[in-house]
Amino acid sequence: MKKTLLSVKDLEVTFKNGKDHFTAVKNVSFDIYEGESFALVGESGSGKTTIGRTIIRINPASKGEIIFDGQRISGPISKELDSFVIRNIQMIFQDPMASLNERATIDYIVSEGLHNFGLFKDENERREKVFKALDDVGLLEEHAERYPHEFSGGQRQRICIARVFAMEPKFIIADEPISALDVSIRAQILNLLHDLKKEHGVSYLFVAHDLTVVRYFADRVAVIHQGELKELATTEELFARPLHPYTRSLLSAVPLPDPDLEKEKVLVVYDQAAHKYEVDKPSWREVLPGHFVLANEAEAAEYAKMYS
Amino acid sequence: MSDTKKPVLEVKDLVVKFRVRKKELTAIRSASLDLYDGETLAIVGESGSGKTVLTKCITGMLESNGRIPSGSITFEGRNLLDIKTDKDWEAIRGAKIATVFQDPMTSLNPLKKIGIQISEVIEKHQKLPAADARGIALALMEKVGIKDAPKRFNDYPFQYSGGMRQRIVIAIALACKPRILICDEPTTALDVTIQAQILNLIRALQRDFGFTTIYITHDLGVVANVADRVAVMYAGQIVEYGTVREIFYDSRHPYTWALISSLPTLAKKDEALFAIPGTPPTLFNEIVGDAFAPRNRYALNIDFEEEPPFFQVSPTHFAKTWLLDPKAPPADPPEAVKLMRRKGKVQVEDRAEASK
Repeated sequence: MKKTLLSVKDLEVTFKNGKDHFTAVKNVSFDIYEGESFALVGESGSGKTTIGRTIIRINPASKGEIIFDGQRISGPISKELDSFVIRNIQMIFQDPMASLNERATIDYIVSEGLHNFGLFKDENERREKVFKALDDVGLLEEHAERYPHEFSGGQRQRICIARVFAMEPKFIIADEPISALDVSIRAQILNLLHDLKKEHGVSYLFVAHDLTVVRYFADRVAVIHQGELKELATTEELFARPLHPYTRSLLSAVPLPDPDLEKEKVLVVYDQAAHKYEVDKPSWREVLPGHFVLANEAEAAEYAKMYS
Repeated sequence: MSDTKKPVLEVKDLVVKFRVRKKELTAIRSASLDLYDGETLAIVGESGSGKTVLTKCITGMLESNGRIPSGSITFEGRNLLDIKTDKDWEAIRGAKIATVFQDPMTSLNPLKKIGIQISEVIEKHQKLPAADARGIALALMEKVGIKDAPKRFNDYPFQYSGGMRQRIVIAIALACKPRILICDEPTTALDVTIQAQILNLIRALQRDFGFTTIYITHDLGVVANVADRVAVMYAGQIVEYGTVREIFYDSRHPYTWALISSLPTLAKKDEALFAIPGTPPTLFNEIVGDAFAPRNRYALNIDFEEEPPFFQVSPTHFAKTWLLDPKAPPADPPEAVKLMRRKGKVQVEDRAEASK
């Protein structure tokens, strides 16, 4: 039986600006298992980043709860639990140009977390941990004395990853970790994240908009649109049997590196008004084994027959 | 794309250098390119490969620390590199060769009404009175798919979504009916569903207006969608060019192979992705031999000594690699490239079958 590491239950996140309320995320529930790569896919403004930020307690949850490693981490929590969360949930950001302190050496950047938590006995152990982290991501010991501006985008993303793994976290939120990188570098970083997962047994929440990357990287995928999950399944299942019309429109829009296919492609346009939700309200249903979709009674019946 | 077709634009042996921190950097190392009437040419390459610099030379927008020591760009019978003043450039830039940039937020003036930003271009270039320009602007807004154009004419950029803004940028670019439209990563900042819409829009407009398009992108999916021909750039040079089918289904340059192999779409789930080792060379130093050689597992000894010439693969397909020399040992391309070759063949056979 797979062990649940993180559990998000009926999460709602509302931003308030005076009298204005904006609900960025509503009714979101999902579990992430130990050792799993779970992807959250959606367009800009869909709330995917907000969910990541709520898990790591940057944005407060307005409703619902988040359980991490058996403990509730949303809402007011004790100081000990807070430091447990900070240590065990780490984040890799999109733009490695903006997420490193330009005035600090790589040595300091990688060991800042170690300092904060006193995770070393003496200077020797600290340096060993830094070198180990640099080595893990394919950088050299001599890089420790340098500054971020001396590195290329791909190398800087490696530094961000080294900083994360130096903490030996259980769970990593990777928010579009390769979107800002060049095509030839992307594969290097994806491979690295994959290898480190195998080596350290961490779990990932992979936030992305690029479905081709998600297909390669993730074990399970959740599709989010306007703050609501629309569909959730294993990666193979979702790509082979997309049920929700929004998922199908997303999949149809992905540009494929194959000119003959591209020239024949037909775009599926998602029309939200086509749902008939006035009487028959939608709910989160398991339509096929392990394959969840937001649908009402009539749609669920239709989806269940779709690929049979 | 036959030999009889006349190019609208000819870039010949272009060299571009920049002065950076008292050192000189060669951004383009002798690139030649023909652009044919009505086609869509995609230029592919990673950042720093020189693809954007190349198009900046075409529109006379090279930064002030850049210079062009040699080469020529022929357009409508004149060498664009002979144009010296901004005033002379105005007759070309925007009027005959227009550009759509990556980020639609920064290419519009946030303080000006959307409609005015289109109509002022028409007033300026076509010397028309404001009322006429407004009419043309409204027609253009409808053409690029803005619903309720008369009402939205008076909106400001912040009231438009990213996709809508990019539609406006395209409308501005087309306001003077240019012959060439340069699209510099036009959809990189947009969501996939919006990206597909914008690509379709540009294609439809191209049919209506009859302009020629240059796409600059690093996304091979976009290239496959839009291009008739493709030029692959690496370290300031074009290393392979051909029709879109030739580049995707029968590529010959190891750099093109590497780009195709590193795509997650073609990878199997539990295998490591192919990653190009190392980083592109620094362009501050003179490059000896083939610039890609240090990262290329197919590199021959000669690649480190002498720069390869272009070898002809077909009348439309050329690649700059010693692997095509008759004396070179046969190279076994990566699995992903073989897969694409098989796909290309099968699809041709299917088509032949269907037409019977």
